[in-house]
Amino acid sequence: MTSADRKSDASVSGKRARITAVTSGKGGVGKTFVSANLAAALTLRGERVLVLDADLGLANLDVVLNLTPKITLHDVFTGKADLDDAVLAAPGGFSVVLAGSGMVEYSRLTPDVRNQLLATVESLAPRFDRILLDTGAGISDVVLFAVSLADEVLIVTTPEPTSLTDAYATIKVLASQQQRRNIRLVVNQVTRSGDGRVIRGQLQQVVDKFVSPHLIDPNTPLKLEFLGDVPSDPAVREAVLKRQLLLEVMPGTAAAIAIGVVADKLMN
Amino acid sequence: MSTPKVPDTPLRLNAALQLLQLAGHALPDGLTAGSAPWLQAVIDGLCELSSRDALTGLANRRQFELTLAREIDRVARAGEPALVLMADVDHFKKVNDTYGHPAGDQVLKAVAQALLDCVRPMDTVARFGGEEFAIILPNCPAAFGQTVAERIRRKVEQRPVTVSHGVDVSVTISLGGAFAPQWVRSSAALWVERADRQLYLAKTTGRNRACLEQPAISQVSAEEKGMLFGTSQFQDLFE
Repeated sequence: MTSADRKSDASVSGKRARITAVTSGKGGVGKTFVSANLAAALTLRGERVLVLDADLGLANLDVVLNLTPKITLHDVFTGKADLDDAVLAAPGGFSVVLAGSGMVEYSRLTPDVRNQLLATVESLAPRFDRILLDTGAGISDVVLFAVSLADEVLIVTTPEPTSLTDAYATIKVLASQQQRRNIRLVVNQVTRSGDGRVIRGQLQQVVDKFVSPHLIDPNTPLKLEFLGDVPSDPAVREAVLKRQLLLEVMPGTAAAIAIGVVADKLMN
Repeated sequence: MSTPKVPDTPLRLNAALQLLQLAGHALPDGLTAGSAPWLQAVIDGLCELSSRDALTGLANRRQFELTLAREIDRVARAGEPALVLMADVDHFKKVNDTYGHPAGDQVLKAVAQALLDCVRPMDTVARFGGEEFAIILPNCPAAFGQTVAERIRRKVEQRPVTVSHGVDVSVTISLGGAFAPQWVRSSAALWVERADRQLYLAKTTGRNRACLEQPAISQVSAEEKGMLFGTSQFQDLFE
């Protein structure tokens, strides 16, 4: 099926994008790196993907993708530009909407920010197969609101105790506040392949003991779904420093292959 | 303008008029019996009647559910915090058994009035059933929930009910409350169930108290951290 076919297919059938929030408890765990490269991997697998920089306070998707956008979400929110003009082509073949500087004023969740973000996602959803919401780190109300717009949540963590603790705190809040019963996990920067699975098991045990019994419906416990781990790979650092997509410049590296595995699981 | 179609059989309104009269609901003066405005007044009266609890005059269960459904729509759209409180008279059976059912009715009326005295005009106080009451508080910030519930609890506690000449009965209530999840469309059944669960907690932990569902806690306790990092299998990862 050609991409043109797919497009007309989607608009005729009224299909709308699957919305995946990519979030993390702690900052600096590679959330934006995962979002961008996952978008590239999903694009390679035939999906029409848009990454929306929903990290309104401290956006850096533009940095990762080496883009200097003329029109950003900031311009859309302030009525200076149409949303259509803010949809940019990213390396890797997917589309992005960047938050842009000046969004600090949107780091608090006012009714205006809520409505603007909601309207943005609603208007983009019919035009793509998938929207990745690259949210900010932590559990501020902007992050939680952005996540609430998503069909599914993907949490990025590293094996570091601080990052794990914050990921766990995020999981707790999402389970109790948004009634999430399935949260997907990507463990970044693991030393050995397989470490991620152990970490998922460990998190699941704590969730079973401390989170699920206190949920509104304890009979439907929260399930953490392991999507994959991405090994610590010098290639990642190199790509990040060069501000290039790992999947484009070094697709054969262990980390790039691992991202592909995550994309495969996400599509199932 | 076409003339309204006159029904072949006369409308039987006696029962309706009797109900309205019994409830003290007077029809406006100056309306011709059988005229359209008169019929509208009868219908309005019946609607009013069917949304009120006969004993206490509060919203009844039906009206409560209607209001709750509207509130869920509003919360999902606007993300405003909204609280549902469920309140139940403690040891109500004992009041009935000791002083008789008319006294029980007096108590229910007095509690209803106490609840009404504690809330804002925009709030809905309903008799949920038996000795159980429900209150919907739109736009109630999470930080105020416990204060409101506590104020209601104290008001009832401090207001003895005179059930017959010289006989005052003191009653208490237990309260349970839950906030609607913001920005997410909840269901009426789920919301009430969460508040009910807190009411059950208040009942089982001594009565005459208000328990509110705690907002999502993001803190991670020492026990949780212990389990998160405790096992030797996991320690290997950091060595």
